[in-house]
Amino acid sequence: MATIATLAYLAASVLFILALRGLSHPETSRQGNQYGMIGMGIAIVATILNSGMDFGGFVLIIAGIAIGGSIGTIIASRIQMTSLPQLVAAFHSLVGLAAVFVAAAAMYSPQSFGIGVPGDIKGASLLEMSLGLAIGAITFSGSVIAFLKLDGRMSGAPILFANQHKLNAGLGVLLLLLVILFVATGSPTLFWMIAILAFGLGFLLIIPIGGADMPVVVSMLNSYSGWAAAGIGFTIGNLLLIVTGALVGASGAILSYIMCKGMNRSIINVLLGGFGSESGVAAAGGNADRAPVKAGSPEDAAFIMKNAGKIIVVPGYGMAVAQAQQVVREMADLLKKEGVEVSYAIHPVAGRMPGHMNVLLAEANVPYDEVHELEEINPEFAEADVAYVIGANDVTNPAAKTDKSSAIYGMPILDVERAKTVFFVKRGMASGYAGVDNELFFRPNTMMLFGDAKKVTQEIVQALQR
Amino acid sequence: MSTQTELANRAAELSARAAELADFARRAAEATAPVAQVVEPFLLMLTIFLMACFVGYYVVWSVTPALHSPLMGVTNAISSVIVVGGILAAAAAESDAARLFGVLAVTLASVNIFGGFLVTRRMLSMFQKKKG
Repeated sequence: MATIATLAYLAASVLFILALRGLSHPETSRQGNQYGMIGMGIAIVATILNSGMDFGGFVLIIAGIAIGGSIGTIIASRIQMTSLPQLVAAFHSLVGLAAVFVAAAAMYSPQSFGIGVPGDIKGASLLEMSLGLAIGAITFSGSVIAFLKLDGRMSGAPILFANQHKLNAGLGVLLLLLVILFVATGSPTLFWMIAILAFGLGFLLIIPIGGADMPVVVSMLNSYSGWAAAGIGFTIGNLLLIVTGALVGASGAILSYIMCKGMNRSIINVLLGGFGSESGVAAAGGNADRAPVKAGSPEDAAFIMKNAGKIIVVPGYGMAVAQAQQVVREMADLLKKEGVEVSYAIHPVAGRMPGHMNVLLAEANVPYDEVHELEEINPEFAEADVAYVIGANDVTNPAAKTDKSSAIYGMPILDVERAKTVFFVKRGMASGYAGVDNELFFRPNTMMLFGDAKKVTQEIVQALQR
Repeated sequence: MSTQTELANRAAELSARAAELADFARRAAEATAPVAQVVEPFLLMLTIFLMACFVGYYVVWSVTPALHSPLMGVTNAISSVIVVGGILAAAAAESDAARLFGVLAVTLASVNIFGGFLVTRRMLSMFQKKKG
């Protein structure tokens, strides 16, 4: 029976790898997701059959799956796509907490996992257990903070205080000491002390990180949830958990790396936090001797766009906040009827999680072959008649290429300034998240369209319909 | 004659020494055997873990950036395979505490499994190609 379970776990591991592999193209991705579901089903059934549990245990497990499954189904079918980042953060916290609970179960009933008897657990298992526990607990409390910040229930502003990093480092050392003591003694008191300390540490690590850095944080917590699962896998000697944990851990780490590269910042810089907290100061100075900006009306914009040959839309998080994606697609449809070629350019860090803008555009029925990544579309701006920037700012700032003193210097940007005309839909002249002035506003080929992203685009649609 | 006895004595000495060494080696082997037994499964797990990291690394780099949100959805769902640990714990009839923690873990992970896969399916169903 154990051999069959091992084979089932092997099959599930392969199916999980295929689920990730399917995501290399939208066409194969739906199939991939199904492989993932089948893999999970196999893993659960094989475990239940192999555990040799009594009837009471079986009922408890089915009840747990039924309750949890119903909650998950309801949430997943009701959630709005704009709220996806906070949903993912909330889900990460559940994985973290589940890891803590499994570690606790292994602590109180080690014989169920073949790692010893209560009070006498193997040293290596204790080490693995404390790692799974600590990472799980950090994932839990860190994800809760990320959720609160993304959901707007807590200010997105970085929370900073004196000696913050020294405190965190001190707590980290203390955690290490507790782990060593726990491995030496196996005391349940120490187990719970590690849990509490790790919960506190996860909380403290995420509060100094600003709202717009959350894409990195969410990716990183994704990674942590994988490492927590792998840690538990080592503890209970389960290969499926180890393999899956490694896959997820690697995935989250790669996404964090891509996000950091998109901002030209190191992961350390993001984790130390505080970025964007001095935005008011930087925005106040500097624009006194600038040429006045050119503001236009939606009618002007509609006229120019109608006569254009090629338009590139550059959406940012502001578009999602204004819920303007649907009306942007309507505008594109009308322009396409006029014979205009429309495509979309997505910056790697646009939105509040990796790939967020792509999902929002897909939800508004924008075909995915019209949506392009930065490297792919940047050469095309030179041939474009119009760049329509809606809800994006820092990711279009040419200062990133030229101004060495700028906070965003070196960040890869979308070369919108090469288009013949740039329309900037913006509520006012405030600077973006990085607190840097965008010199693009003052260029002769830029026209500002002041107002709410949705309202401005709606007015353009009305003008186009006339 | 004396050289012969000398040689014989030395041979005897050497064989005694060899026996001593053999005994030492045997004792050393006996002493390390339990350690090797502990280390071996760990090394096996570590090997598999590192291999899986590499597989994950290459598979995830081939994911198109447009699908990075669904990627998070799927990884979130499959990391809930931790439910396996919860089930094994809930099956343990010996400890009520372990059983409680197991059931809690199963419930939390189930939220994630169903929620994660379904929300990913919703996302993926929206990615459509240009018509015509």
